[in-house]
Amino acid sequence: MNLTLRVWRQAQSDVAGALVEYQAIDVNPDMSFLEMLDVVNERLISAGDVPIAFDHDCREGICGSCGMMINGVAHGPMKGTATCQLHMRSFRDGDIVVIEPWRARAFPVIKDLVVNRSALDRIIQAGGFISTPTGGAPDGNTMPIARQASDSAMDAAACIGCGACVAACPNASASLFTGAKISHLGLLPQGQPERYRRALKMVAQMDLESFGGCSLFGECQEACPKEISIDVIARMNRDFLVAAVAASEERSGGDEG
Amino acid sequence: MSLTLNARVPGGALADKWDKHRFDVKLVNPANKRKYNIIVVGSGLAGASAAATFSELGYNVSCYCYQDSPRRAHSIAAQGGINAAKNYQNDGDSIQRLFYDTIKGGDFRAREANVYRLAQISVNIIDQCVAQGVPFAREYGGLLANRSFGGAQVSRTFYARGQTGQQLLLGAYQALEKEIAKGGVSMFPRSEMLDLIVVNGRARGIVVRDEVSGTIEPHLADAVVLATGGYGNVFYLSTNAKGCNATAIWRAHKRGAAFANPCYTQIHPTCIPVAGEYQSKLTLMSESLRNDGRVWVPKRREDVGKKPGDIPESDRDYYLERKYPSYGNLSPRDIASRAAKEACDDGRGVGPGGRGVYLDFADAIKRLGEDKIRERYGNLFEMYQRITDENPYAVPMRIYPAVHYTMGGLWVDYNLMSTIPGLHVAGEANFSDHGANRLGASALMQGLADGYFVLPYTIGDYLATARPESLAADASEVKAAVADVAARTTRLLGVKGKRSVTSFHRELGRIMWEHCGMARDAAGLTKALELIPSLREEFWQDVSIPGSGEELNQTLEHAGRVADFLELGELMCRDALHREESCGGHFRTEHQTPDGEALRNDAEFTYVAAWEYAGEGQPPILNKEPLVFENVRLAQRSYK
Ligand SMILES: Cc1cc2nc3c(=O)[nH]c(=O)nc-3n(C[C@H](O)[C@H](O)[C@H](O)COP(=O)(O)OP(=O)(O)OC[C@H]3O[C@@H](n4cnc5c(N)ncnc54)[C@H](O)[C@@H]3O)c2cc1C
Ligand code: FES
Repeated sequence: MNLTLRVWRQAQSDVAGALVEYQAIDVNPDMSFLEMLDVVNERLISAGDVPIAFDHDCREGICGSCGMMINGVAHGPMKGTATCQLHMRSFRDGDIVVIEPWRARAFPVIKDLVVNRSALDRIIQAGGFISTPTGGAPDGNTMPIARQASDSAMDAAACIGCGACVAACPNASASLFTGAKISHLGLLPQGQPERYRRALKMVAQMDLESFGGCSLFGECQEACPKEISIDVIARMNRDFLVAAVAASEERSGGDEG
Repeated sequence: MSLTLNARVPGGALADKWDKHRFDVKLVNPANKRKYNIIVVGSGLAGASAAATFSELGYNVSCYCYQDSPRRAHSIAAQGGINAAKNYQNDGDSIQRLFYDTIKGGDFRAREANVYRLAQISVNIIDQCVAQGVPFAREYGGLLANRSFGGAQVSRTFYARGQTGQQLLLGAYQALEKEIAKGGVSMFPRSEMLDLIVVNGRARGIVVRDEVSGTIEPHLADAVVLATGGYGNVFYLSTNAKGCNATAIWRAHKRGAAFANPCYTQIHPTCIPVAGEYQSKLTLMSESLRNDGRVWVPKRREDVGKKPGDIPESDRDYYLERKYPSYGNLSPRDIASRAAKEACDDGRGVGPGGRGVYLDFADAIKRLGEDKIRERYGNLFEMYQRITDENPYAVPMRIYPAVHYTMGGLWVDYNLMSTIPGLHVAGEANFSDHGANRLGASALMQGLADGYFVLPYTIGDYLATARPESLAADASEVKAAVADVAARTTRLLGVKGKRSVTSFHRELGRIMWEHCGMARDAAGLTKALELIPSLREEFWQDVSIPGSGEELNQTLEHAGRVADFLELGELMCRDALHREESCGGHFRTEHQTPDGEALRNDAEFTYVAAWEYAGEGQPPILNKEPLVFENVRLAQRSYK
């Protein structure tokens, strides 16, 4: 099949970009979306043109490198699917496909479809961990963990950090990403000691990074390639609230001796 | 031989060596640790765990990765699980058994002391990961669950659904981010190491290209750790990520680090077959599927075109169960891969091009119900369906072997130090623990053992003993290394030829797969040794790299990696040609038993082949580390 692509081209972060039209010809429906772009790029290279830059690595939907807006939808039309796992059988001959980078203030464009997502790492730095140094951990079976808790923690931990939730959100909020980590760790007994502190710090960092606020539109969970549920945001809000109340009591405290 | 390969294995009984060594190593005074700078290249399981732990100990650490975040290292893609000799199942496991299984699985081509230490440490890894919040699978009673993997008769594999690597890496990544926040680690994402800086015979830094700005700069340190993963992408098509490369270890090799057993490559039996010419990578279906899936092909060639459901039981050849009754579908990878190749070579392969075999879950679904199978493998089944558009609950999967893992790597001693003092190598990048074949679920174990529990001791010993002196950023060796990298980049961009980097990579891959793949022989390897140098020559005359070096240029990055693969591929073939025996993943068709099993030649080849770079255009020098087995008896591997 043949497609018309309109791809965002931008040489570097501080210059203007624009959509440029390319023809993708002889596309095989069994190709992945990125393999289709590979073929377009090969053709550009053989004409001496600069190929389209896009992030990708594992090509199996787990590293979170890839991600682009495909006809205005983060990761394209297949639900629960990262761009690298999307196959051309989801498109039809003659389709026009508009391909753009993630759009968010916190994710500046580096080149073409490549954006800077380091803000997500800094949210993790703020508290997305359990402070347990190497060595000295007790035997793994010392503390039985109810299977349900462990399963729910795993559901949240499945996040691949691709940033689709931010790109899909009208406010460009990172709440699904942050809530997923807060939930993963907060659902486990090991995560309890730092639970509230973690929520406070991660949410504060999220605000610092110029992500927008969450209005519970739910676009994020629709776009998430791992189908992480918006419930994690409710959990984040609860933990944050408890933590904020406790912190303000601590600050104003002393009354009760 | 010009190198001395001193493995520095401590004396004493096997079981006491590591304890004794940990007592004997020199310690760095806590107050002095922050004066030492350590470079860690790579943020996968090995690199992230090492960098985080060094920082916890008080060292100053710099860590590098080529992706935009350390969390994206290819360890993230490991599906199946991680081994540990916990014996939680009470099924007869022990440190001794994990040690023996690993040595035997590696076809008696690994160093005993390293493997024993790995088995000892395995139990601490699970504890550490649980404490970090890794959501391992659990039983209803709340205890950790296990599954079985190939090459073992006990159930010792810990897992987190089909995303074990992801969860372990996120644990290590979070530990790393915690240390970054504290200021102990400086992280350099989108940065590629392009050379090693050696001063007075010691590793003292690296040359790094910032992938966004294109700047090429030296980064100096007192010790360097390479944890840059495997080089399976030399085959172009593999289960590795697109960016996986050999550049870091190859450049270190050219600066003096011996490269051990380059030809030992693991071909994984259960991958989704190649679908077309445009194919850019191959996807693994976890080996854990072999717990419940049965592998078969039609008995008769005439049946290959039939729908699998139309082939009655009696016309199916469950060849693994037939040939290896005691291990059956859980035979080790090298054996299972070769058996698939044999069936297809015999004209009984299924699917496009006849390069596929069935992995059938019908019996398991009948026995356990579809829900149970969905619970165990749901995400893998989904992945399969997404790629092939076929429903594996209804029709058997089609699978075929694909390049997956490289047992070879830079030679290291017991302290994980290479032949260049100060240069340590961890994870898949070193050669250390898996001999000629790695067992499933043992790479994650090794990466984390190296990073969390071995290097933190041994690097301290190096620093306390060597006491590296201060080094000026404008030292002549530093300037020369930077100039070399800049010149090479300019040269690549200056070719301005007609052929794309990918087309060269694909062609190299085809040569390697055909002549240095699942089965090798002298004639094919000799041919490859002619083809590769001429392809390399063509590359340097005709490669096309649009754009400049002062910007994000993914074609340039790829070109540098392919240039290195074009050199490494030749060394792999040379190593494969010299090793006149079959062992593990290295199968020389000239050397097999009457029933087609690998035939080792212990009298002549019980050694590690450590190749030394001898300069441009010179044949590399072979150095040998003899392998001494004091605790196991060398036996012909049998999984019958
Ligand atoms: C699909 C798949 C499934 C697997 N499943 C299992 C399993 O179930 N169980 C198991 O035990 N093993 C499994 N393995 C093997 C195992 O995952 C790997 O061997 C292991 O994770 C490698 O870890 P590592 O830390 O050595 O390297 P990696 O995780 O590959 O990390 C390499 C790091 O080095 C960096 N790097 C590389 N080159 C450079 C450079 N030149 N400059 C700067 N940085 C660089 C990268 O950015 C990355 O951070 C699997 C492998 C694959 C491919
Ligand atoms: S490339 Fe890794 S998730 Fe798409």
